[in-house]
Amino acid sequence: MSTATLNKTVEEKMALAFDQLSGQKNSNREEAFRDFQKLGLPGNKSEEYRYTPITRALEKNFNFEQQSFAKSTITSVEEFLIPQLESNIIVFINGIYSKEFSRIISPDTEIKISDLQSSLENKEALPYFDKYPKTSTDPFVALNSALWQNGIFIQVPAQTKVVKPVLILHVNDAKSSSLVSHTRLLLVLGESSEFTLIEKSISIGENPIFHTFSEEIIIKENASFDYVKIQNDEGKLHQVANTLINQSSVSKLNTFTLTLDGALIRNNFNIVIDGENCESHFYGLYLLKGNTVADNHTVVDHLKPNSFSNELYKGVMDNNAKGVFNGKIFVRPHAQKTNAFQSNRNILLTDTATINTKPQLEIWADDVKCSHGCTTGQLDEEAVFYLRSRGIPLDEAKAMLLYAFAFETLAAIKNEVLKKYLDGLISKRLNK
Amino acid sequence: MAKDNQVLEEITSKEYEHGWSVDLAADESPKGLSEDTVRFISKKKNEPEWLLEWRLKAYRSWLNMTEPKWPNVKYPKINYQDIIYYSAPKKKTGPSSLDEVDPELIKTFEKLGISLTEQKRLSGIAVDAVIDSVSVATTFKEKLGELGVIFCSFSEAVKEHPELIKKYLGSVVPMNDNYYAALNSAVFSDGSFCYIPKGVRCPMELSTYFRINAANTGQFERTLIVAEEGSYVSYLEGCTAPMRDENQLHAAVVELYAMKDAQIKYSTVQNWYPGDKNGKGGIYNFVTKRGLCAGDHSKISWTQVETGSAITWKYPSCVLKGDFSMGEFYSVAVTNNYQQADTGTKMIHIGKNTRSRIVSKGISAGKSQNSYRGQVQVLKRASNARNFSQCDSLLMGDQCGAHTFPYIDVENSTAKIEHEATTSKIGEDQIFYCLQRGIDEEAAVALIVNGYAKEVLNQLPMEFAVEAQKLLALTLEGSVG
Repeated sequence: MSTATLNKTVEEKMALAFDQLSGQKNSNREEAFRDFQKLGLPGNKSEEYRYTPITRALEKNFNFEQQSFAKSTITSVEEFLIPQLESNIIVFINGIYSKEFSRIISPDTEIKISDLQSSLENKEALPYFDKYPKTSTDPFVALNSALWQNGIFIQVPAQTKVVKPVLILHVNDAKSSSLVSHTRLLLVLGESSEFTLIEKSISIGENPIFHTFSEEIIIKENASFDYVKIQNDEGKLHQVANTLINQSSVSKLNTFTLTLDGALIRNNFNIVIDGENCESHFYGLYLLKGNTVADNHTVVDHLKPNSFSNELYKGVMDNNAKGVFNGKIFVRPHAQKTNAFQSNRNILLTDTATINTKPQLEIWADDVKCSHGCTTGQLDEEAVFYLRSRGIPLDEAKAMLLYAFAFETLAAIKNEVLKKYLDGLISKRLNK
Repeated sequence: MAKDNQVLEEITSKEYEHGWSVDLAADESPKGLSEDTVRFISKKKNEPEWLLEWRLKAYRSWLNMTEPKWPNVKYPKINYQDIIYYSAPKKKTGPSSLDEVDPELIKTFEKLGISLTEQKRLSGIAVDAVIDSVSVATTFKEKLGELGVIFCSFSEAVKEHPELIKKYLGSVVPMNDNYYAALNSAVFSDGSFCYIPKGVRCPMELSTYFRINAANTGQFERTLIVAEEGSYVSYLEGCTAPMRDENQLHAAVVELYAMKDAQIKYSTVQNWYPGDKNGKGGIYNFVTKRGLCAGDHSKISWTQVETGSAITWKYPSCVLKGDFSMGEFYSVAVTNNYQQADTGTKMIHIGKNTRSRIVSKGISAGKSQNSYRGQVQVLKRASNARNFSQCDSLLMGDQCGAHTFPYIDVENSTAKIEHEATTSKIGEDQIFYCLQRGIDEEAAVALIVNGYAKEVLNQLPMEFAVEAQKLLALTLEGSVG
């Protein structure tokens, strides 16, 4: 049996799910679904997904025939919060925005949070919505645009500093059955505003979960945005997270993606630098074990001159884990005086772990400074020996060195409480 | 700036120096490709039955293949039925001495600066000169023969050493490896064969000059080099082609086979017609080159200087199968006007303790697109593999592009892989420094570019280094971005 015929059945099932949307259908969704059908689920020949066996995982684990609106039995989200971190909390349960568990502590003047569907109906979100996702290029972006169940719309007014960060929890409760959910976020940062967003996903239960999450983030002039994504789900989470960020002139962006667990995680990170004098830092850390597959695809697209971007992704692969990294830097013809740097460093701890990395530079402007570097290796034997000769046991010495390797990626985190929490997660993983 | 532009104009508008064509009566196959064409070629060359079968098999698998779409190059669709697949200079029997060579041909070589007679006497290089797909003269054959080295045209090898050809043909690049390799396998006209016996260090650099001459003729060369245990050979390949308006297709295959402790060094200077400054004409260069380090401690080293061709699609690769084997790739690729190059290498680490090194320098000017595409793959059992890759790009002018697509796939925890890439232009401070010391702008750029490419040029044998430097200077002097 060929995979092509198998694909077809999954896609057909998805079509059935799409038909069930009936009431919510509109031309945007229909176009997105047509794009999805045209693209189909990616096979192993697909350049963008060749290392990520997502189609196989979906075929094996899910029944897409209907949109599941599984009810969750959780009674509290306290245990999922970040200790001691004062933050606004937005909770999605099985892809649905839950007012009940969410808690907004910042005043209305600082931040406006509303349901995306109703914001679209009253046309508030319309000028921003669906402007950037290119449904014709990625099947999962298209799938999400066609099938998204629920989402939120966050606005930060101009000249506003949101003091307390927003923590988004994606709770996927697959205790009773497998789960498919598609969630959506639209975030607009006004001119000269400042905002921090933290995102965490939590899976409950043993059944497989397929979660697509699309975020559109628009950063207006002179605004500053910090973004932290934490992926440490112990469940069977298959996640495709599409993040699309559009930066205007003189804006600042800091991102950090921490991937520790999950069955199959794919992060599509697309940053369009559509203004001059922008500054962007992207950090990522993937510490993988078990059979986890984590795939980070980033695109930094410099459209305008005089901007700076720096990207650092590091990974440690243990057991049978598989890490995939693809970093693209585009410097378009008029984006002169661009400085764009990228670095990807990996450590493999076992012979059954794999890393596939492809740092990619595409440059059409001459007056630029761009570089990328990429390494794969193991811990320095001499460094390990140095520590052991001073009485530190092997495991501890290794953990110490790995920690030093990983810690660099936390450089851009400003919030001390958050930094301590992330630091704790990393140490815990490395000291097992 | 005005002066810069003027200098740039002068240099980039320079017409192709080696452009001319010589009137030789050619013996051609009719246009188009079919089983009959394959049979025609095979019959023309008096080939044995098994080779015809091999060609037909390749042709049949080619029919089921599609042209690769992944390279970062754009060109109008090639009509494979509009190509003459075989053309040979008219000749009854193979020449045994230079006196028998057509005087027109000798003139051609003289224009290229590689007069056979001169070379034979002075440089000690055995030249297997190829014009329009048939080998016309081979020198120093007897001298090599004493050592047991076989260096001859492919068709001669098929007649005289069928057992070697049968054994090694397609052993590194299978006939159905890719679209162009399959096409080549079906219709290859001639090429070079080189066999170095056990323990022999080939006393001279072997070289072949390729040249495309008759209009509308695709050139399908095939080179096979086999180095037996403990042997060493350095092979030079250099090419220039006359000016033509219609695009010409070139799909060559090069196979290198290195046994235990053997070493093969393969150097290329490629200066085929790149098309005029409006992007009209030029050679399509779709080449499959691969070396197999079959034995332990073997080494294969590729060095290439690519300045010509409208489109280059070329990935000289090393399959490091033997333990402790080593692969190297040094490349300078220069593109100007509307040239497009998608070139790089593949290093496949299979054996233990294998090492590879990649140094790629791309220079783009005008409206050209220059891509590096490379793969470093470390398989599960390849412990202690080591790779270092460096690919730098230099941009001249704001309408060209430089692209890097490195694939790094590692499945072994003891592997150490490093890759780094940079893109920049010639620094104004560097130019200023030279100007300040009385070096004019043109000379300064030549100096800086030569310095930039030095790491690769150093790898070339003496005879080639001079030509390569001349080529670089010719294409790029004065092109200040």
